[in-house]
Amino acid sequence: MSHSLHNTALPVSSSEGLAGRIAIVKYNAGNVQSVQYALQRLGVDSFVTDDEEEIKAADKVIFPGVGHAAPAMQYLRERALDKLIVSLQQPVLGICLGLQLMCKHSEEGDTKCLGIFDEEVKLFMPPVGTAGLAVSGVPVGTEGQTGSTQTGAALLVGTAGQTRSTRTNPAFKVPQIGWNSIYNFKSVLFNGLMEAEFVYAVHSYYAALGKETVATTNYIQPYSAALQKNNFYAVQFHPEKSGLVGETILKNFISIS
Amino acid sequence: MLTKRIIPCLDIKDGRTVKGINFEGIRDAGDPVELARSYSEQGADELVFLDITATVEKRKTLVELVKKIASNINIPFTVGGGISKVEDVALLLQNGADKVSVNTAAFNDPRLIENLSDAFGSQCVVLAIDTKKEANGEWYVYLNGGRTKTNTLTIDWANQAVALGAGEILLTSMNNDGTKNGFALDITARLSNGLPVPVIASGGAGTMQHFKEVFENANADAALAASIFHYNEIKIRDLKKYLHPFVDIRR
Repeated sequence: MSHSLHNTALPVSSSEGLAGRIAIVKYNAGNVQSVQYALQRLGVDSFVTDDEEEIKAADKVIFPGVGHAAPAMQYLRERALDKLIVSLQQPVLGICLGLQLMCKHSEEGDTKCLGIFDEEVKLFMPPVGTAGLAVSGVPVGTEGQTGSTQTGAALLVGTAGQTRSTRTNPAFKVPQIGWNSIYNFKSVLFNGLMEAEFVYAVHSYYAALGKETVATTNYIQPYSAALQKNNFYAVQFHPEKSGLVGETILKNFISIS
Repeated sequence: MLTKRIIPCLDIKDGRTVKGINFEGIRDAGDPVELARSYSEQGADELVFLDITATVEKRKTLVELVKKIASNINIPFTVGGGISKVEDVALLLQNGADKVSVNTAAFNDPRLIENLSDAFGSQCVVLAIDTKKEANGEWYVYLNGGRTKTNTLTIDWANQAVALGAGEILLTSMNNDGTKNGFALDITARLSNGLPVPVIASGGAGTMQHFKEVFENANADAALAASIFHYNEIKIRDLKKYLHPFVDIRR
């Protein structure tokens, strides 16, 4: 965990040799620029494209994404990128919404997704009214917290003394925003990393645990931090924004031969 | 576990940081990229860049700066200050910003929040609120960098903004800001416990104890500070070491 604090990784020694040509799929979701910058910091060139031939010819493909599942899937279908992505033979890395779109179905907009992975994408549902409020002095966000001094209010009220009704646990906000730890590594993506490393994630939907889960995170319940099936890899968090841990994961992906 | 976040804030004017002293290993304390890299290496979880440049033409400098930050820094960052148009935000996000914060323009036209959330997702829309406790004990929204008082209660505006799609609240207490007497625990707790989105507490940090209090007693999801970090009064690494036994923190 200690090396989370160091934020520069050594460049991949021979970028062309190891990494090959890396295509980043261009579509209407996502901050592709950050992914490209992150690869640049590793000394690896990449190109952003939605051209079928260019994507097919790439040695590796990154499928990023931030945004809403329904319009993103619609965009991919309109350009036949959906069929293209599932047919790819080279290593493919989905990031964030990319991971969710590679699953079977998402509750976000009740969207049929690519179906590469068997997992369901669901909305985080914080448990109702189970946590103590600030008065308890118990650190919030601690797993197994049982303190129950008072429930939060359904809506904040401007004037004191108005009725407060039950609402969700204030320890669990949706979207989840921030650094969370990852466990149970079962993929080359995590080579060289220790259990419980921290990565940065921002999301309201998550892929449930399943047979393709290759790393887990806890937020409200355990979910898939990463999935892998054959040549398809995906992470829910943002390796491009996760310090040295993220750089290690990206480096592991581009080093897959 | 999801950890509490420590966020240094950098004020930017004409592409340069306004405050700041020379850290060890930093050649130019006015260079936002160098300062940002230093914070990132010390263990900052996120960065906020607040552009206090007033003029439109200087805004282009901001986009260039965002590009430079994004290509050099591998942790998330938010950009704020005078943002009022969806097109401005598109440009900032395309160039590598992770989130934008909106303040006065959103209050004057709350549809801005809705439009930003629809276009880019609520996860990148931070609503910044400058708040002040008045003699009647209530916290009110202030605009234009704290110069303009409104008659709107902070919790009412926060509720409305979250309903419109704000994904996070950056709450600055004007009563506490600059005092180094600690964060405003009461209003931070009311927002953090009552809202379904994360709350970043800002204003008043003077000691490491203050961070512990705002996390433990006010349930803040993140704490932001500027001068104590810039003047090296508290080192982020030391702060995280101090907090680690009490709150979940990334080390």
